[in-house]
This record gives sequence, structure tokens and C-alpha cells, in this order.
Amino acid sequence: MKKTIKYVVYDIIRNRFVMGYTLLLLVLSISFYLFESDSNKGILSLLNINIMVIPLVSVIFSTIHFYNSYEFIELMAAQPISRRTIFFSQFLGLSISLSLAFLVGIGLPTLIFDGSAKGLTLIGSGLLITLVFVSVAFLASVITRDKAKGIGIALGLWFYLCILYDGLVLSVLVNMSDYPMETASLVLSALNPADLARILVLMQLDVSALMGITGAIFHDFFSAKWGIALSFIMLILWVLIPLFFSYRIFNKKDL
Amino acid sequence: MKKPILILLLLIPGLLSAKIWQINNSEDLKAALKLSQANDQIIINKGNYKVLNLEITKPLSIKGLGFPILDAELKGEIFIVKSNDVKISGIRFVNIGETSMIDWAAVKVLESENVKVTGNDFRNCYFAVYLSSSNKCQVAKNNIKGTPKEEQTTGNGIHAWKCDDIEISDNYVEGHRDGIYFEFVTNSRIFGNYSTKNIRYGLHFMFSHQDEYYKNNFVNNGAGVAVMYSKKVKMHENIFNKNWGGSAYGILLKDITDSDIIHNHFLDNTVGIYMEGCSRMNIKQCIIEQNGIGLRIQANCDENHITINNFKANTFDLATNGSVVFNYLENNYWDKYQGYDLNKDGHGDVAYRPVSMFSTLVERMPQVMILLRSFTVTLLDKIERIIPSFTPENLKDENPQMKPNEINAIELKA
Repeated sequence: MKKTIKYVVYDIIRNRFVMGYTLLLLVLSISFYLFESDSNKGILSLLNINIMVIPLVSVIFSTIHFYNSYEFIELMAAQPISRRTIFFSQFLGLSISLSLAFLVGIGLPTLIFDGSAKGLTLIGSGLLITLVFVSVAFLASVITRDKAKGIGIALGLWFYLCILYDGLVLSVLVNMSDYPMETASLVLSALNPADLARILVLMQLDVSALMGITGAIFHDFFSAKWGIALSFIMLILWVLIPLFFSYRIFNKKDL
Repeated sequence: MKKPILILLLLIPGLLSAKIWQINNSEDLKAALKLSQANDQIIINKGNYKVLNLEITKPLSIKGLGFPILDAELKGEIFIVKSNDVKISGIRFVNIGETSMIDWAAVKVLESENVKVTGNDFRNCYFAVYLSSSNKCQVAKNNIKGTPKEEQTTGNGIHAWKCDDIEISDNYVEGHRDGIYFEFVTNSRIFGNYSTKNIRYGLHFMFSHQDEYYKNNFVNNGAGVAVMYSKKVKMHENIFNKNWGGSAYGILLKDITDSDIIHNHFLDNTVGIYMEGCSRMNIKQCIIEQNGIGLRIQANCDENHITINNFKANTFDLATNGSVVFNYLENNYWDKYQGYDLNKDGHGDVAYRPVSMFSTLVERMPQVMILLRSFTVTLLDKIERIIPSFTPENLKDENPQMKPNEINAIELKA
């Protein structure tokens, strides 16, 4: 397994795209931190990258990579190597290389400019977001053999989770505004990894704004130790559940 | 050479008539208060005194040497001043109990003039200094620390009711209901005070006209500072910091007219300034920074001028609850302004609308707050900026500054 992971990681790291991605993140985060007088504003700008760009790149790159290495997967499947090894070496290889890109691109500058709890939350949630969307991409790519369809499904999932979902939540909240929706909005946001990542970082930043009556409820939940732990567990579940299903499909699939 | 001697000679009769009483136990103190003549000096030496309800009925100067402790053992009050020209200084007052009928205080001043309470310590007192119908009094350099309980069972640090021309300066107040409380107090000055960790307001101000307060620090109070039902109040060079909570405001202004808020610093509050029913206010040269909502103007405010302020890093710069607002914004710096300045005169060429669509939405449905800074909300805000339909049309800054106004920093006391 180690050997196969090594090959996948080597293959990806040599890829120009990942190099470019790392460099782009690095340039963006350094310029955000240098141009803004306040490191909080830098973190806010990076938060937007965290919940839009990183999911998009992770999901698209992973899907394309999966389809591109289809022949390699087929070749390995012909060897006395279990499907488990093949699948997880692909997944871990992608996760490791994209996480590395994230850590170098955003993690390092954040640690240098703001190593406080805010910065650490940003790095932690961004890392998990990367993993979540790699796992979502795997689910999309094992569902269908057709590359175009697979990328379509992956993009659709990204569009739904990162853009559409908030709009839906907003419309639900607006239409149900006569009812007490505090708990409902908590549950709704917990069902979306991008929202979870956003709220976790916001709780470290916009505390005073959130101290209104409703805000206080969110704040009590997301700032309590168990609330933070629960949010991270939810994010990890968002990695594991799509991964589990895609592994099951891959295991039974006729390659 | 001759002049000082002459003055000394003239003073000798005066010095002779004023007797100095040295006090070493509480019996002495009671006797001295009874037997002393007007203008005598009472010196309380270092020690522990158990005393209760001592009335001062003539002009006396009472001084503590090495902070003697006057202890009421939670049974009543300590000094009740009913005379003009009394001076109390250098004493540590402890343990004033709570009652619901009478406001027990460590030093209570009733219908007197020119009383000075300076340089004392107050610990665990229900009310520390209580001024009632007293004019021209001074409360300065006291260190007041209460033991906060419930709002109903905790008194105020410095309480002034129906006074005129008083001065509250350089005090430290902590752990009371209201740090400084003013009701029907006119022509007075509050300055250099530090009011913190009070369970309700750092400064509470009602029906008090023509007062001035400046260079005070109000930090981390339960609900910030409240100024209500007053006219012609001048507030300048104060710092309002870290007042967090569901109903906490840096400063809450209710029914205030013709007042000035100039050169203050509002830092890290849930709401920096909250205005309700305010008219003809002048808010100028304030630094409004890192608040949840920088400035909140309810729709029943009118003719307020908000000029030359710096709004930085607030989650929402301005919020309101109505659609038509007759207030004027001009020459402020808004860090969220995205316009341009083609003629390079330092003012943006496009007006800035500080009320965002999202803040209007949160106004109606607070639970929407969970979507703060999400993509959808940013998109909606952008659209609203281009085609305003929800946010008040005429609440805008026609001349937003491109660079922060030059406002001197105000020092936060340690």
C-alpha cells in the first residue's frame, strides 16, 4: 500500500497543475496578509478562498485525476493487489498531495502572520474541506464510467454545496420566519461542510456581531468545546461517509 | 520677608480655632463627631473601626492616616453627611449591607453643598458614594470595588440624584450595578474615570442636562453606557470597549437632543452606538472599530449629523430599522467603500451606502445571521449596492473619504 501511495503522490506532485495551485494559494495568502493592515481581514479573505476555491479545485482535480489514472487502476487491478489497496492508495495519494499544497499555500503564511486560534481554525477547517471534497469527487467518479458525466456530477455537487445550499437555507429561513428557527438553522448549517467551515472560523472572528440574541445561541453552541468538537466531527463524517459509499461501489464495480 | 510673616500672623487665630482630633477607636470617633466645632479636623489613625450610621452635621475635615478601615458589618451606613463643606479622604470603607427600603451607602450626602469625597477606598459596599440634592460636590480619586450579585441586590458605585454642578473625576469603579449613576443632575462634569465589570451600565445617565463627560474609560460592562432623556450633553475623548452581549451597547442614546459626541473611541462592542429618538446630535471624529454593528440609528432619530468619523473593521457599519431616515452622513471613512476618486480630491466620487442588504435582513430575521459572510449573502449585498431596493435610499455618504480621517488616538488606561 505504501508503495502505491508513493507512486500516486509522486505522480501528482510532479504535475504542473498542483505546483501552480500551491503557488497561487501562496501568492494570494501572502498578498492578503501584506495588503490588509489587520490580519483579521486577511483571514476573512482567505476564508472566502477556503469555502469556494479550495472545494472547486479539490473536486475537479480529483475527478480528472481519477479518470486519467483509470488505465493505471486497471493495470493494478490485474496484479495481485486488493481493490482496497488500489482505492485507498488513490484517495490517500490525492489527499496527501492536495493537503500539502494547502498547507504550503495557506497554512504556512497563516502561521507566520497570525498563529492564534483564528489562524489554526482556518487551517484546520481548510484541511478538512480539502479532504471532504476529494472524497466527494471520488463518489462522483465511481458512479459513472463516463469522464464528462463524472466531472459534471462533481461540479454539480460543488455547486450545490458551496453556492446553492446557502440560498436554499436563506429561502427556508425567510419563508419560515414566523417560527423559531434557531435550532433548525443550526442543524441545516451542520449538514453542509462549507457552512461548517465558515461558521467555525467566523466564531473566532465576528464574535461581537454574533452576540445578539440569536447570535448568542450560535455562539454558545459553536464556541463551547463540545460544539467545536462536534463541528469537526461532522466535517470528518463528511469525509468518511462519501468515502465509504464510493469504496463500496468501487469494490463491486466492473472496471 | 515681611509679607509671609504678616500672612502667618493673620492665620494664627484661624489655626488656633480649628482643633485637631486624633482618633484611635470607634468610641473616640463618635465623641469627636459630637463634641467637635465647625471646621475642626478629625484624623483617624490606622486601624480597624466598627462603626454604624455616623451623622456629620457640621463642616468637618475627616482624614484617614494609612487607610484606617471603617466597617459597618453589613448592618447599616457609615457616614451620613448633612452639612456643607465636609471633606472626607484617605479612608477605607467596607461591608455596607443591602436593603430594599433604604439605599444604604458608605458615604451618603444629603442636601449639602461643597462636600469633597476624595482618595478613599470602598470595598463590598451596597452603594459607595451617594449624593442626594447636593450641589457643588466633588468625588475624586476613589477606588471602588463592589461584590456583584443580582441586579436588584447590588447598588451603584457613585450615585447622584438631583444635584447641580458636581464633579466626578479619576475614580475607579468595578463590580456594582451601575458604575456611575446620574439622575436629575445638571451642569456637572465626569472625567478621567475608569468604570469596568459593572453588571448593568458603566455610566447611567437620566434626565441630566448640560453635563459634560470626557476622558473616561468604560470597559467590559454588562450593558455598556446608557445616556437617556437628556439635553445638551457633551461627550468627548471617552473609550467604550468590549461591551458584549445581547443588549450591550458601547453607548445607548435614548431621547437625547442637542448633544455632542466628539472624538470618542468605540472598540470591540456588540453595538458601538445605539440611537433611539435622538435629535440634532453631532457625532464627529469618532473611531468606530471592530464592533458587531458600528452605529445603529433607529428610524425615529432625525437631524443628526454624523461627520468625519472612521469606520473600520465593523461587521456591519450601520444598521437601521426603517426606510426613511433624516440624518446626514458626510466625510466619513468607511473601510468597506469600494468606489474610486478620479479627480484625486480625497473624496470618493460615488456615494457610499453603509446599510447593507444583509443587515436589513438580519433586522427582520435574526436567525439569518448563520449565513453571515457566505457566498449567497455577499452576492445579494453586491446586487443591492447596484440596485438598492431594500435599504434606505437616502441614507448615504455623498463624500466618503478615500483614506482614514486623521484622528488622534485616545489612550486606554491600564
